[in-house]
Amino acid sequence: MEIAEKIVSGDIRSVARLIRDIDDNVPEARKVLRDLYPYTGKAYVVGITGAPGVGKSTLVDQMVTHLRSAGKTVGVLAVDPTSPFSGGAILGDRVRMQRHSMDEGVFIRSMATRGYFGGITQSTRSAIDVLDAMGKDCIIVETVGVGQDEIDIVQSAHTTIIILVPGMGDDVQALKAGILEIGNIFVINKDDREGADRTVNDIRLMIEMDEKRYKDGWKPPILTAQAVFDKGVKEILDEIAKHRKHLESSAQIQSTRKYEKVRNDLSEMIKDKIIQDVFNEIIDSGEFETTIQSIVKREIDPYTACDTIISKKLKKGAP
Amino acid sequence: MNQKRKIRILVAKPGLDGHDRGARIIARTYRDAGFEVVYSGLHQTPEEVVRAAIQEDVDMIGLSSLAGAHMYLFPRVVELLQENGADDIVVCGGGIFPEDDIPKLKKAGIKELFTPGTPLDEVVKWVEENVSPRAS
Repeated sequence: MEIAEKIVSGDIRSVARLIRDIDDNVPEARKVLRDLYPYTGKAYVVGITGAPGVGKSTLVDQMVTHLRSAGKTVGVLAVDPTSPFSGGAILGDRVRMQRHSMDEGVFIRSMATRGYFGGITQSTRSAIDVLDAMGKDCIIVETVGVGQDEIDIVQSAHTTIIILVPGMGDDVQALKAGILEIGNIFVINKDDREGADRTVNDIRLMIEMDEKRYKDGWKPPILTAQAVFDKGVKEILDEIAKHRKHLESSAQIQSTRKYEKVRNDLSEMIKDKIIQDVFNEIIDSGEFETTIQSIVKREIDPYTACDTIISKKLKKGAP
Repeated sequence: MNQKRKIRILVAKPGLDGHDRGARIIARTYRDAGFEVVYSGLHQTPEEVVRAAIQEDVDMIGLSSLAGAHMYLFPRVVELLQENGADDIVVCGGGIFPEDDIPKLKKAGIKELFTPGTPLDEVVKWVEENVSPRAS
């Protein structure tokens, strides 16, 4: 109970340590998350996503400034990719936000994907809960530089912002699936560059052509900005506020959202736990290796081997 | 898969020194060695370095200095870590240091100083031998 109390009272060190423990799959972290759960559900979560180099970190930095002048406390989770070769990572998003590091009302944390696809980390969902329980009014999650498919952020964020830059040309036409379908707000950053109008029109065309998709009544606005000069940032925050109002305007939308979020979270948690409890366990115990050898020697077939392991593992092991 | 916790390192450039090539190379080297490296960027105050280190829950801070202000900046970081109850974070330094300053810095709590010409794999080996991820 102690750690949870510290976190709820805003102790930075406890928050930082817990996020790390969650990242490292430390079993004790789970208990703290359970204790913290009643304190979650208050923060407003904004996801920022887009290709590498479009200006996500710069925009987050500016948004934090605006939110702080409006008196809101902010948590930032900035995700960068883990090297598939070395398992290490350079977490460089913080560089663009360091001016906020001494602000007591801001908590910035960098996280590495550790092989998890989807644009965020396996621990992001829980890390959001921790910052929520800590009392942060707004939590901004900056995904890795994504391509088209990495859209997990949608499940965790109330509002998802897609950032593009001009000059993506024909690529915008090609990017029809995935991230362009999930945005609640579109931002064309670096709008002083050539092709900004074209990009705006391309997105507008795409939105107009897919009107039926916007079933809950929110048609994504398209904004332009130069984040590095703090141009357009206020407008982005205004749209976020509008979107929030829209979400809160209908009990139906709220309950659907809540249901879907819980459903998604629970599915992911169950899958993650099974991998943890079954797969990682047999690797640690060596059973995985010996099973491979048996199959190679044709002593057993892979289907039987798999079914045996699963039924054994799922029989044991209580929470 | 089952963890062995990853080592987290903050590579920081305190003070006004703008020479960041070394810090970037070290950051890349640490990444290639499997560590998670938070890079703070230039012109950090010791306070900002310590705040970042705590928020990021790092095991080690690597301070880079090639402009001669290390005798103030480095011990100040160590001091602030102590004041914030975070003195389990290992501090080491890299860059240009007069020979005479090195023992003084070590006395002030900087565990090791790396000077130009140090082979990169030695830098990595030092971390592996002297820094362990925080026990839970």
